[in-house]
Order: sequence, then C-alpha cells, then structure tokens
Amino acid sequence: MKTRIHVTLKPGVLDPQGKAIHHALEGLGFGGVNDVRAGKLIELDLADDTSDADLDAMCRRLLANTVIENYRIEKL
Amino acid sequence: MKAAVLVFPGSNCDRDLAVAIEQVGGTRPAMVWHGDSTLPDGLDLIAVPGGFSYGDYLRSGAMAARSPVMRAVIEAADRGVPVLGVCNGFQILTEAGLLPGALMRNAGLNFVCRDVPLTIDNAQTLFTSRYDQGESILLPVAHHDGNYAADEDTLDRLEGEGRVALRYAAPINGSARAIAGIVNEAGNVLGMMPHPERRIEAAHGGTDGRRMFEALLERVAA
Repeated sequence: MKTRIHVTLKPGVLDPQGKAIHHALEGLGFGGVNDVRAGKLIELDLADDTSDADLDAMCRRLLANTVIENYRIEKL
Repeated sequence: MKAAVLVFPGSNCDRDLAVAIEQVGGTRPAMVWHGDSTLPDGLDLIAVPGGFSYGDYLRSGAMAARSPVMRAVIEAADRGVPVLGVCNGFQILTEAGLLPGALMRNAGLNFVCRDVPLTIDNAQTLFTSRYDQGESILLPVAHHDGNYAADEDTLDRLEGEGRVALRYAAPINGSARAIAGIVNEAGNVLGMMPHPERRIEAAHGGTDGRRMFEALLERVAA
C-alpha cells in the first residue's frame, strides 16, 4: 500500500526556506507569487494490513513535529 | 561528578564536552553510544552534545531523539538527574519532548558561527547559579537551526515561570523572544544553543562557559 505523507509548516510559523524560494522566483522575473511555503513529502510503502491508527502514530511520533508542523495522509 | 556524554553518529562536540566536564569536575565522563539502552548508575549529569546527529535527517535532532539511549535519558530526567543539551543537544531534547517548542531554520537562513553576547535571564537554575542575574556573558554559537519556536502560551509560561535561562543580547537567528536556552518545568533539564564547553579556559579567549560546569559540580559537592 503506497501512502504519501505531506508535512507542512503550521500557518503562522515562519518559513525562511519558503521566503528564500519566493525571493529566488522573483529574481527569475516571475511576478504574481504571493507567498511560498516549503514542506516535505514522505512516501511509505506499507503492508496492506497497516492500521490507520498505526499510520497516524507514525506521523505524530516521528514523521512530523506537531509543535510546528501539520501532516496529511494520502493513500494512493 | 559522575557524568555521561551521549554520542550519536554525527555528534561533533562530544569530546569537547567531555574535556570541559573533566577539566572542571576532575573525572572523565562515560561516553555512551546512542544504541545503548542503559546509562551508568548514579549519574550527576547527562550531557547531550552538539553536532549533526544522523546528518540532521528529517529534522535536526529528530532521529537521535528516538534512539535507544534517549529512553534511558528520559527516565533519568524524570528521576531528577540534570541533563544539559547543547546546540544539537537542545534540538534533541525538544524532539524527545523533554523541553517544549522546536528549533527551526535560522530566520536569515545563514549558518551563524561566532561569539555572541548573552544575558543570564535566570541565575537560579541548577546550571546558571554561578552567574549573576542579568549578567552579560560571551559564548560561541555555531548553528543553522537555532530559531526557537513555540506557541505564545508556551512562551508566556516559560517567561512567567522563570524558565528562560539565557537570551541573546541581540537577535541572531530569529529566535522567539530572543530565547537562547530554557529549562524544563522541574528545572533539571537545560537546552541551549550556545556552547559553554567551548569557552572554559583562557586559551579559548574567555572562560564564561566554565561556571556552568562549576555550578553543576557545586551541586554534587553540596
């Protein structure tokens, strides 16, 4: 079972990396970029019987730091 | 003083910490590998060193915080054993849940490596008792992820409870409320980004870090 975990910074948490990317896009002449937020994509290949509870625990206990990050689970 | 210094793959301040502890305390600390699930008995100090444990994979300190030795560190911290986390050690302690908040990429995106002036915000912690309240000291920093972040309630609580041990005298990395080091609720765990172990003898250019180890030693002797 292929699963993607999208890890993103919580709203309001400063994202210096996103800001730098934003600057670089502007430097390339792209106008109209209002904001950039950078995150992580983690792909898991899981046994079919992996429970949702386990998957959620993986996110909470390691894959995302819930102090500063949100996560979204996408099953493919 | 019976101390242990943790060693993770990618730690690079473990030996500096060990030298500082031995110079001040007179006894060579035990070097404990991250894969060990137990710590020596009767420790007076557990030191979590700086460096780039696990190559900062996932997040700084994230992998190290889940290593076997950290379970033993959490148990020891719960029993009141003093724990000092420096730089990557601070990141590891927040990732392990021993300290609140998180350390994010420096606001300027630059790796900051220089001596910085700090203010002792609480001179009554186990670790800062040999400094004066409000004293200005100089310690080196060398980090990319030192931008302390926590929600406003947590920051208010840290300040209200006197748990901000050190602050940057001037902003260097975007850290919330200029926080450079905090203690846990019980006061026996300190995480800080600056490196006290790199300023303990005159040859280092100053000795402002030395008193942190002296304070810990004094506590053992008392």
